[in-house]
Amino acid sequence: MIVRELELDLDAFEGPFDLLLTLVLKDELDLSEIDVAGIVVAFVERLAERERLDLDACGEFLVLVAALLELKARGLFPEEEAELAELEPEEAAEELARRLAEYRRMKEAAAWLADRLASEGDRYFRLGPAPLAPKPERRLADQDPAQLAEVIRLLAAEPPTPSLAHMALQFPPVTQFVERFRALLRRRSRIDFDQELAGLSRVEQAVAFLALLDLRRNGEIAIEQAAPFAPIRISRTDVERDNSWTVRSA
Amino acid sequence: MDRPLRLISTNPVDQLARTVEALLVVAAAPLAVEELAEATQDDPERIQTALSLLSDRYREGRSGIVLEKVAGGWAFRAAREAGEACGRLFEKPVQRGLSHAALETLAIVAYLGPCTRPDIARILGVAADSAVAGLVDRGLSAEGGPADGVVRAVVHKTRPLFDRVFGLESLSQLPRLDDLGGDVDTIRERLHEIAEKRPA
Repeated sequence: MIVRELELDLDAFEGPFDLLLTLVLKDELDLSEIDVAGIVVAFVERLAERERLDLDACGEFLVLVAALLELKARGLFPEEEAELAELEPEEAAEELARRLAEYRRMKEAAAWLADRLASEGDRYFRLGPAPLAPKPERRLADQDPAQLAEVIRLLAAEPPTPSLAHMALQFPPVTQFVERFRALLRRRSRIDFDQELAGLSRVEQAVAFLALLDLRRNGEIAIEQAAPFAPIRISRTDVERDNSWTVRSA
Repeated sequence: MDRPLRLISTNPVDQLARTVEALLVVAAAPLAVEELAEATQDDPERIQTALSLLSDRYREGRSGIVLEKVAGGWAFRAAREAGEACGRLFEKPVQRGLSHAALETLAIVAYLGPCTRPDIARILGVAADSAVAGLVDRGLSAEGGPADGVVRAVVHKTRPLFDRVFGLESLSQLPRLDDLGGDVDTIRERLHEIAEKRPA
């Protein structure tokens, strides 16, 4: 089993594990949105499908997931990243205790709010149309008027006229090639398509091919090609058709 | 300076109280004393007097409409005894489906706000984006500009609706964080216990 090809179907990401890692490393995917437990479950499910325990795969997966978890954990404490790494075990334990305490306080505050909501539940008051949300004032950096004028001038310039050259393409009529192939096949029972086309323009070659298909549809010719891109051979069918008609009518 | 009007009106605040009453009945959100003073073009101290007069008139047990000091201002609400009847006709504001995670996020925003989403995630230990978005949708919290007015991170803080739903005069009525159960010593002891049990 190849760990990197593990298919994932998470809320925030769908695709192979390999791609997830690439996106995370390129900072194109926010790791805090990724459910790492979901990745583990996907892997374990895949593992359970197999009869033999794939130790190599397990090892590789553990390393990758551990790295992912570390990245995610670091991502959650952006400013303190450097500090934490330098902490002594004692200090780290202290820091962890402080954070746990902080979370515990918020948990209790949430419980207080829940109680409050229950006891104040019968409060009814008029709510008008939603008051306008306070809009954060977004300030732009100081702009140089001359630079703005330059940009406007760029935008105001007339765009170049699009080329219409390709509209003038002239297509020779298909019938011209139909007649040409018919004439050739009257003289020879077999012709080589590529040979006949030598020296023609791309457009002419395309029209010639259309003519070929037209003739084939009418049942006038048979087309053979031994392999893709091999020479196309064209042969007359009327001789055979005449024969078969003769045989059947006899 | 003589005040002939005083001789005519027995209580000069009466008329002001009626105007304040009118303003409050039109308002959809709590009105601060300063707002009332501006609208009535009167003195904030006299507004306070008028409000206490009205508070006495509109109080639980005496009126179906109750005047309360909430979310840094004054607002009318239904009396508690009418709660059941109100519930049959109206939905409770924002209360439905306030999940555990949403309440924790709300607690953090209420206590630490203005705070950024990474601040919230750091304390919760998980991304808080959807919980924050839910609070914004409910009108309980909103994005606000940072204090210095220069664009940096987007910060969140509670909106007056939060105070109203939870019946708070202001955020200072929340219990002190220090009184809430984060006993660092107990947690530290438990951490050490776990560390000792772990094979080296």
